[in-house]
Amino acid sequence: MHKAAELLQEKFPDEVVEVTEFRGDTTIVVKPGRIVDICKALRDDSSVSFKYLSMIAAIDYHPASPRFAVVYSLYSHRYHDRIALKAFLDDAAPVIDSVTSVWSTADWHEREAYDLMGIKFKGHPNLKRILLPQEWKGFPLRKEYPQRGE
Amino acid sequence: MEIQAMPRTETMLLNVGPSHPSTHGVLRVLVELDGELIVRAEPDIGYLHRGIEKMCEGRTYHKCLPLMNRVDYLAGEVNNLGFCLAVEKLLGVEVPKRAQYIRVIIAELTRIASHIFWMGTHAHDLGAMTPLFYGFREREKIMDLCEMVSGGRMFPLYLRIGGLAADLPEGFVEKAMEFVKEFPEKWKDYDNLLTQNKIWKERTVGVGVMSKEEAIDWGWSGPMARGSGVDWDLRRDNPYSSYQDFDFEVPLGTREGDTYSRYLVRMQEMLQSNRIVRQALEKLPKGDIKVDDPRISLPPKERVYHDIAGLINHFLLIEEGLRPPKGGEVYHAIEAPKGEMGWYIVSDGTGKPWRVKVRRPSFVVLNALPKLAQGRLLADLIALIGTMDIVLADVDC
Repeated sequence: MHKAAELLQEKFPDEVVEVTEFRGDTTIVVKPGRIVDICKALRDDSSVSFKYLSMIAAIDYHPASPRFAVVYSLYSHRYHDRIALKAFLDDAAPVIDSVTSVWSTADWHEREAYDLMGIKFKGHPNLKRILLPQEWKGFPLRKEYPQRGE
Repeated sequence: MEIQAMPRTETMLLNVGPSHPSTHGVLRVLVELDGELIVRAEPDIGYLHRGIEKMCEGRTYHKCLPLMNRVDYLAGEVNNLGFCLAVEKLLGVEVPKRAQYIRVIIAELTRIASHIFWMGTHAHDLGAMTPLFYGFREREKIMDLCEMVSGGRMFPLYLRIGGLAADLPEGFVEKAMEFVKEFPEKWKDYDNLLTQNKIWKERTVGVGVMSKEEAIDWGWSGPMARGSGVDWDLRRDNPYSSYQDFDFEVPLGTREGDTYSRYLVRMQEMLQSNRIVRQALEKLPKGDIKVDDPRISLPPKERVYHDIAGLINHFLLIEEGLRPPKGGEVYHAIEAPKGEMGWYIVSDGTGKPWRVKVRRPSFVVLNALPKLAQGRLLADLIALIGTMDIVLADVDC
């Protein structure tokens, strides 16, 4: 098992839901509740040292439930290693704590996920639309949003 | 004599862009000024948002390639390399060695072209016009090479998932070799104009300083991070497409993460890319240029015309596309000219991707503009936008 998964299972035994491997990519699925603590642990523990957040991807698995997920792609410059940290979110009002306090770069990634997928990041200092106009209605990357306009 | 109270001062709001030559596209920056000093600078982006991620969900994987070309349009074919590699990872295939080498040749030539464009426009923004003209002389030759392989200049669209559209045309290797041999000499022209230029140094040294730790915290990658001393290059540290076969150095900046340091990094990178192209041309292996799998690669044209199985195969691949396994999710990142460019792709087992997320380096880097601009002169803002080497298509996607 990946050492990051071992670390999380040791430190947050109730939070880790699943660890999957696909084509060499390790994905650790965690509960959304303590995401900030988990990210801090992954960043600060010297055995994994994930000091770099590559990106945050928001995914809509409609019609599955839970419907939404956020994926954090983390990279370690020390070990040249990468993992994906994934948390599934509630269908009706997807919300998760902001990790801007862990990585400054999370700022725009979270705003983008909010803008296009409608996921709220609690504690984000400036959570407003970033690519679309402020008065835009709807979240384009959700599956019910049409591919083409009328 | 009575002492007069200081006159009341107030800050002024200045709107830079969205249509301004030095914003490299359609970037709007709202700047609060106290005299000439920047109190606050807030980028306003999205003017070039085309919804590429959403558009991908409605088309087959191959039909995403023309869209990917246009994410970072100054390095079109590098985007396609990353996207192809991500889909190939999802499929679990590896393209033949010859195709990998040719991909490297095209990618590195594109990197040189992208860096030339950065150098030219960055210098132009700061008042030096000549580097642009010198640079475009060589960029034109790279465009000609791209035109040779596929007919497209800025968007060659030469790569395919599973390999390449066609083998290299006759005479390409010789013409590319000619370019590779003369480029270091031509590069000296740029170097002579800028590297020791007093005005250039005054505009760039000490401007936009980012420490190593800050660069990592802000998600900087590629030349932006290396300018701050982060010794990291995905081509070397997580090699893809046979980069491990080539001998090259990863230049780091000499100074503490300022605009001049990033300038030096990108300048050296051009020479390193040139080295890689040379090695790839010299060691170019023989063999196939696409994977031998009818579920991924199109059959040869003669089979389509004269063989019913070939025709069906062609039809299915065009109409329904290739089908990665259901539930597959991968992330693949490459070292694009502007930094780490990555794709997170979710497959639902059909011929169309369920979700494509593009990690764009320009988007990430621009996030730090308010931090770098604060307390600097307005003129430095132009240097900062230039050093970030942003392309607004890459910011907005």
